[in-house]
This record gives sequence, structure tokens and C-alpha cells, in this order.
Amino acid sequence: MSAKVDTSLPLEYQTEQDRMNILGFWVFLGAEIVLFATLFGVYGVLYERYAGGPTHKDIFVIKDVMIQTVLLLTSSFTMGIAIFEMRRHNLKGLITWLVITLALGAGFLFMEINEFIHYAHEGATMQTSAFLSSLFVLLGTHGAHVTLGIGWATMVIIQLLKRGLTPTTARKTFIIGLYWHFLDVVWIFIFTFVYLKGLVA
Amino acid sequence: MGIKWDEFFITGDPLILGSQIAILLTMIGAVAAITYLKKWKYLWTEWLTTVDHKKIGIMYIISAVLMFFRGGMDGLLMKAQTARPEMEFLNSQHYNEIFTTHGVIMILFMAMPFLIGLMNVVIPLQIGARDVAFPQLNALSFWLFFSGAMLFNISFVIGGSPDAGWTSYFPLAGKEFSPGIGNNFYAVALQIAGIGTLMTGINFIVTILKMRTKGMTLMKMPMFTWTTFVTSILIVAAFPIFTVALALMTFDRLYGTHFFTVSGGGMDMLWANLFWLWGHPEVYIVALPAFGIFSEVIATFSRKSLFGYKSMVFSILGIALLSMVVWVHHFYTMGSGPAVNSFFSITTMAIAIPTGVKMFNWLFTMRKGRIKITSAMLWALAFVPCFVIGGVTGVMLAMGAADYQYHNTLFLVAHFHYVLIPGVVFAVFAGLYYWWPKMFGFMLNEKIGKWHFWLFVIGFNVTFMPMFFLGLNGAVRRAYTYSAESGFAPLFMLSAIGSIILAAGFAVFCYNIYWSIRYADRNISSDPWDARTLEWSTASPVQFYNFAKLPEVKSLDPFWHMKKKNEGLTLFDSEIEEIHMPSNSWLPIYMGVIFGIAGFLLVFEWHIAAAVAAIGIFAGLIIRSFDYNEGFHVKKDEIHRIENAWRKTEGEVHDHVS
Repeated sequence: MSAKVDTSLPLEYQTEQDRMNILGFWVFLGAEIVLFATLFGVYGVLYERYAGGPTHKDIFVIKDVMIQTVLLLTSSFTMGIAIFEMRRHNLKGLITWLVITLALGAGFLFMEINEFIHYAHEGATMQTSAFLSSLFVLLGTHGAHVTLGIGWATMVIIQLLKRGLTPTTARKTFIIGLYWHFLDVVWIFIFTFVYLKGLVA
Repeated sequence: MGIKWDEFFITGDPLILGSQIAILLTMIGAVAAITYLKKWKYLWTEWLTTVDHKKIGIMYIISAVLMFFRGGMDGLLMKAQTARPEMEFLNSQHYNEIFTTHGVIMILFMAMPFLIGLMNVVIPLQIGARDVAFPQLNALSFWLFFSGAMLFNISFVIGGSPDAGWTSYFPLAGKEFSPGIGNNFYAVALQIAGIGTLMTGINFIVTILKMRTKGMTLMKMPMFTWTTFVTSILIVAAFPIFTVALALMTFDRLYGTHFFTVSGGGMDMLWANLFWLWGHPEVYIVALPAFGIFSEVIATFSRKSLFGYKSMVFSILGIALLSMVVWVHHFYTMGSGPAVNSFFSITTMAIAIPTGVKMFNWLFTMRKGRIKITSAMLWALAFVPCFVIGGVTGVMLAMGAADYQYHNTLFLVAHFHYVLIPGVVFAVFAGLYYWWPKMFGFMLNEKIGKWHFWLFVIGFNVTFMPMFFLGLNGAVRRAYTYSAESGFAPLFMLSAIGSIILAAGFAVFCYNIYWSIRYADRNISSDPWDARTLEWSTASPVQFYNFAKLPEVKSLDPFWHMKKKNEGLTLFDSEIEEIHMPSNSWLPIYMGVIFGIAGFLLVFEWHIAAAVAAIGIFAGLIIRSFDYNEGFHVKKDEIHRIENAWRKTEGEVHDHVS
């Protein structure tokens, strides 16, 4: 609560309130892990229940999924560079890399929306079978998180432009960084257990 | 879509018509009274926009008492309906709605907020902090809970109540068998309240980890703080499961997916598993803080340190861990097979071990103590035998093979009421009597409190003890009536009489609040019970910044030792520093309102309108992101004034214990 500033620490950790916010966000990510674990569990129960509808092999286009994966994994890397620039107090570099990150995220989203449209054309919608219900909700939840992340990071960029690098804006940037990496980790699981497993099954 | 306009308001039932009129009159009356007394500004600045953990706690408790009344009414209606065989007081549909809302309201809108309210009031004080880690998030938690509770409650006058049981098992809860919008209320209202609860869990984890005062190591924390901490971890681990389950239910009901519907390859048992994966930890989410309250009350009124502190801590952790791996015991009869049932039988019975350790610790705390029989202590004393009955019948139910006999009978209903009423309701009453003077600066009347206690405890036993025997004789739960030939009539009648005594106890409780507000002595000590923990070392009611100087802790029961050694109690002028406090905010209540509106529209499946309302949610989030309000500083002069006001009166107060 006190406004004591410890300048020996990185910018985002300098006040007690900022340290608490970061810890709180880690705890929130714990809750997010449970949330996605539940969705994976649901998918694991329902993934072979095609109900006469299309199967994994009928709808998945592995090339497009590879592009999505590369886009998102690269965006996680660029997010890492952004935080690195922040630690170097390089505001311009930070914002540049953040924008690149969001552009890659938007590219991922564009691909994912196209993927959904493609599925719908194949007659694979959320209402077709239990498999597709669980697939769409798992992918959709991840996609919604990415969308939210883009909107949120845009707000943070505006604040960085307005206020420069302060302990508060640094903390906000750091937290969105954590969030972005988390979405990347979730995607690795989706890529492995949904797409790859679906194609070799 | 969904609903016809002529079905918007529930009509045709005199009971509901009466409620509608009563609600309307109460609302008009409340608005008129506030306007007449010119209290709108006071209400807005002091309560609705507050971020003070103590006021938020009090608002939680007020809501919980109101919900207790609502849930209790449902209970009384059920008891009236089953008092005689073949009664025609309620029809089957109405009965279904009432047992559903009774369950949901009592667990999620009474037990949870009551405990979270006490946690809010007490925890920052017990750990010597000035607020929780995220005060504004805390207010948001409250308003989301309140919004969810109100949305759920209006279902019985607008649109229709959910009627598939508080567990809302599929396929019954699906669109096919529950085509009305009642169960949409369940899915959406609980979702909104659940987000609030999750935020509370995160908030208290960080608060307890990061904001303990100097010297308070984890193993020097008061037991209520420990249980709150572990409960918060359970909330974070369990509530997201419920979030997903409710979201999937919403998808199934609103958008035609096939998670739980049997057609299209869905699995109805998936719901049962997800529900109880959250639902069983939920039982301990409400039970653990209650255990913490009993620990505080028993130690204080036995005038001894809590016996077996370390074993208490490890028991709590053990219970929390086991609570995650017992969920299948809720549906042994649904065909999981003997191996699975055996595993879950063993884990379930294992929970009796740490719980038993706690029981003995409480008993040993009392041993050789100089016990003071106050109202709060009475609740703790009654808790021990009553909860043991609930626990032992729980071990009976834990046996997978034997459970085939008890499953879905009133034996089970009696069991969980014997766990939840002594385990939670007795605890919140004990906590309320105990901490009331800290919250308001006057005490609840002890004499009326004893009436409340005896009526409630006797009524509780008379209501639920017969249900064990009814259940063993084959009376099933959730049945709206039974035949005269069944022979159930006398015990059902006895149970109904018990519920009236129980209700009388609750009425006396309400009267006690009224009496105490009007007549209780205001000139009391800030430490009327001669208590042991830090919340009693500051003023009653607590000044908004909690502590002028943050206390330093050297041992367990820190305040007790401060009093014994007479150190750290006086405040020197040189020690006063400016205090930084957070500002009030209108955003949390705005978010509550907008979530309520969006939720309501979603319940009625007006998707476009709901989406428009959801823009309001995002607007709130964006405003919050750009909010750089740094709070304010309390000046030294003001702290001087406030501290002198309560410290001067010390020593010349009336003695209230004994």
C-alpha cells in the first residue's frame, strides 16, 4: 500500500502494489490453467464421438494449422523481445515489438477464423456432434483469449504512448506479456493433443 | 425467441402473486424511505462505491441474511407440503422449483457470502493489514455476487424458476426436458456470481501471502486466516471447473451443442462429473472457514491457545487435497464399477481422519480451559456433537456398496444438513456474535442470543433427525408427496414441526439484531471478549485505516501476549505517519449492474440485446485500465484525532463478558 519505490529492482517490481498485482496475475493464470485443463478434459472425453459427422481427418488442414502455429509461437518470441526492450528502458523498441507481436496475433486470428469458416463449409459446426462441440469450444476459448489479449495490449500501448515507461505502465506491460506467453503454451497443447493426435489417430 | 410475452411474468399462482406484490411494495417502500431520509448520497458514498473491506464484508453479510430468509422460506414451504400425505399445498412443478432454489440459494448465496463477508471483515485485521491486496477488485467481487444473486432470485417472478435440482443433472436440465428458460437463470446467474467468487479467492491468496504484518510468519497466522487461505486456494482450483461446466450448459441450452445431451454423441455423465469436481471442493470451501471461526471462538472462550496448532494446519491442507479426489461418491449408483467406487470410498473415508484430528483438537483446547459460555461459544459447543452425527453418517454413505441403499433418500438429505448446518450455519452465527462488536461497536444481546441458539439448535435436530429414519425406511428425496399407506406421515409431521421451531430461532436472531441496534450499550471495550488476535487490538467499530501503526507479531495469539506483557499497545505521537488509502469507485457497482443486465438478456435468449449490453462490460474494463487514481493520504492530524477518540475511553468501559 505504501508508495515506497525500490529502484534496485526492475521497473515493474519496484512498488509493493505492483509486486502484488503480478503475483495476483500468476494466481489468475493458475485459475486459467484449471479452466483450460477442464476444456481439454471435456475434449478428451468427447473427441471420438463423431455422431456420424465429419472426423478429424475430414476437416483438418495441417498446412494452415502449421502457419497458425508458427505465427503464434513467433509472436511469443517477439513478446519476449518487447519485455527485453522494456528492461533496457527503450520505449520505442518496446512499442515496436509489441505492435509486431499483436500483428502476428492478428494474423493467427485471421487464420483461425478462416479455419472455422472452412469447417462450416464442410458441414462441421458446433451443433453437428459432441466431438465438434468440444473442438469449437476449446479452440474458440483460446481464440477469444487471443482477441481479448490484442484489445488489452492495445490499451496498454496507448498508455505507454501517453505516459511513457513508469512502474505502473511497466507492470501492465509485463502482465500482458505473461498472459501472451500463457496463450502460447495453451496453443502448444492444442496443436499436439488436438491437431497432431487427431491426424495420427 | 425463447419466451412468449404473456409468459414473462409468472401469473396464476396466488403464492407468487403475493410475492410479486410484496417485492414491489418493498422496493417502493425502500426507495421512498431513502428519499425521505435524504440518504441517497450517504448510501452512494459510504456503501455502494466503497472499497473498504469492512464495509464490503458487512454488505456481504446483509445479503447473506436476506438470502437466508429467502432460502429458509423455500425450506418451510417444502416442509409444509410434506407435513401430511397427499397434500395439495404445492403442485409438483412448484415443489421442484422450490427445492432447486432452496439448494442453490443456501449454498451459493447464503453460506458463501456469509463466510466471505466474515473473511472480508476479519482477515486484513487479523494479519495486521490496512485492506486486502486489491480493494477495488474486492468491491467488484461483491457486486458480481450480488448481481448473480439478484438475477437468480427474480427468476421466480419473471420467467420461471429453475426446476432441475441444485445439481441440475442432464439430461433433465437440457433443453429437451426443461424447455423453459428457468434453467437459463441457473446457468447465467451462477456464472456471474462465480466470477466474483474466483476474484475473491485470488484476492485473499495474495493478501495473505503478501500483506501479513511484520513478524507474522505463516505458522503464526490465526487459524481463521489459515482456513481462509486454504479455502481461497480451493476456490482458485475448483471454480474454473464450474465456470466451464456452466458455459457448456449454456452452449447446450442456447446454441444447440452436444456436450451433455445424449443425442449427437454427448454424455450426460460428463455434467455430473464436472459438477461434482467443483461441487465437492465447494463443500470444503464453505466448511474450512467455518472450522477457522470455531477455532477462534473456542480458543478465545476457553482462554487457551488452540491445541495442536500444527496438526490443525496439516489437517486443513489434508482436507483440501482429499476434497479434490472424492467427487465420484456423489454418484456411486451410476455405474462406475466396483474398482472406481472402491477408490472413491477409500478417499472419502480418509477425509474423516483429518476432520477427526480437528475435532479432538477443539476438545483438547477446551480441556482445563476456563470456559465462558457466551452465545458464540454455545454455537461452537453445539457444533461438536451435531457435526459428528453428520460426519459419521457421511462415513456410512461413503461405503460404495452400502450407498445403493441410501442413495437419493432423505437419509442423504439429513446427512448433508447435519454437516452444513452445524458446519456452516452454526459457524457464521458464532462468528457473527463474536465479531459483531468489532464491526459495529456494540454487542448483540446475549440473552436473546441464547433464545436464538436454543430454538435454532432444537429446531434443527427435530427437523432433520427424523429424516434419517424416513430415509432408511425408503422415503426418497425431491418427491413432492407420499401416500398415507407408506407410514411416513408421523415422522414427516415431526420434521415439519421442527422446521417451525427452526424458523422461530431465525426470527429471534432477526429480533436480536433489531433490539441490539436500538438498545445495546454503545460504551463497550474494543476488546470485549478478552480475545487473542490482532483484530481486537484496534478500535470498535474499526477506523477506516484499521491500524494507526501496523502491529508487530512475535508469537501465536499476538494480542494476548501484547496484553500480558503490556507492550505495543500504546501509540506514541512520533509513530504516527501518513497513511495511504485507496479511493472509492463507481466502477464495481456499474460492472455489477451491467453484468446483471447482460445476464438477464442472455437468460431470455435475446442475443443481440445481450451483445449490446456486453459492450458495456468491455467499456467498464477499458475505463478501469485507464484509471490512474492513486488513492489518498490520511493526514497525521486526522489520525491523531481518530486515535485519541477511542484510546481515551479505554479503561472506563462496561464489562460485558461473564
